[in-house]
Amino acid sequence: MKNFGYSIIKQRTIDYDQFDGRLLNEVLEMEPSFKVCLSCGGCTATCSAGDLVSFNVRRMNLLLRRGETIELESEIQKCMLCGKCMLVCPRGINLRNVIMLIKKSIAKYKPINS
Amino acid sequence: MKHIVIIGGGIAGIETACALTDAGHWVTVIEKDSQLGGKLNNWSYLFPDFTPTEKITVELQAKCRDKDFSILTSTEISTILRKDGKFNIETSSDQKLEADAVVVATGYELFDAHRKEEYGYKIYDHVITSADLEELLKPGGDLTVAAGKYPKRIAFVHCVGSRDEKSGNHYCSKVCCITGVKQAIELKMRLPDAEIFCFYMDLRMYGKHFEELYREAQEKYDIQFIRGRLSEASEKIDKSLLIKSEDTLSGRPLKMNVDLMVLLVGMEAGKGTANAAKACGIGCEESGFLKTTDTFLKSNFSEQEGIFLAGSCTAPMSVNDTILHARSAAMEVKHWLSKR
Repeated sequence: MKNFGYSIIKQRTIDYDQFDGRLLNEVLEMEPSFKVCLSCGGCTATCSAGDLVSFNVRRMNLLLRRGETIELESEIQKCMLCGKCMLVCPRGINLRNVIMLIKKSIAKYKPINS
Repeated sequence: MKHIVIIGGGIAGIETACALTDAGHWVTVIEKDSQLGGKLNNWSYLFPDFTPTEKITVELQAKCRDKDFSILTSTEISTILRKDGKFNIETSSDQKLEADAVVVATGYELFDAHRKEEYGYKIYDHVITSADLEELLKPGGDLTVAAGKYPKRIAFVHCVGSRDEKSGNHYCSKVCCITGVKQAIELKMRLPDAEIFCFYMDLRMYGKHFEELYREAQEKYDIQFIRGRLSEASEKIDKSLLIKSEDTLSGRPLKMNVDLMVLLVGMEAGKGTANAAKACGIGCEESGFLKTTDTFLKSNFSEQEGIFLAGSCTAPMSVNDTILHARSAAMEVKHWLSKR
């Protein structure tokens, strides 16, 4: 097919009606402490990986809650599971377990056409 | 004449005592310190309009002189026993009092910043609390840091000991957000060349003129607000501090070198309130503050009939809210006594 230099731009709007909450629900059921994140960023501030690479552990919550499964899968690979985030968290979230749970289940919920 | 014993001689205790004396009752205030006024004595200026605290304390003292109620300073209560519809109270100085009603107005204590070790209070030289700063803001207070220089960059840390499971305090202390804004402005007035940053999680400008003061801080005083909770601080060889946070709105970790760090410490129920609760046989909430029978219409009632609650022993409260809560406590006591 001839390439005219045009492409279809994906809409930037979060289409919440398309949101697949299965992975989120599974993680919250196994690790309910994750419900209470207040997005303070203490975890990201102390993260040993985030200092060097573009890894933001606070954003795991958002990616999960917005159904950004593909980005989430590549992001969690950067975590070294050191657990410093858990020492800082003012809400006592077991973030290491959250990452492990996502790693374990994410393959099941990836969009088929990805 | 009915006799009411008030435990605590801070603003809540004094205001309740004045209102009940006005209503024709005989009142005794028991205060553990050597003078009345409570925590207000340690504060210099009040938010949101920079009223000198002295103005309030002087007025309260004048009111106390006019009203003629009994004051027992440097005294604590040991036991309270209920007998024939009266309260028999014994004090630490072995006085025996008989009361028809009791008002608990034991107030709060400031969060001990040592407990947040990662911020280095009393470990690093230039980490202070909001209470320490209030002392330094008094006329003649020395604001210099290392080598007698004035700090060039200052960080305020919000929510120290509040909204923090690690400190054991889930609740919001309510007044620290606006205290931070007030103190940032005061520092900027004293040190116009300094850069001032507030590290916050949420800014809760709930009261009258609070939001306006926040706006003024940005507009007139160039105070900068960064949304992120500090994870830790470390001291450099020149005694300046390296602090770490996430700049959550740009989504990247942030580090910053500052010359002075101010910890906005929250409120805790404290020992005085815990002791009063034990002596009176009334309950505390999970937060340690005293339980009221109802959130809306009975916020001055304890679980025990005849024992009333006033001020920040029930929850973190501003000076304003404390005075109002104390007046309503007096009204409830008066009403309750009139029915007996």
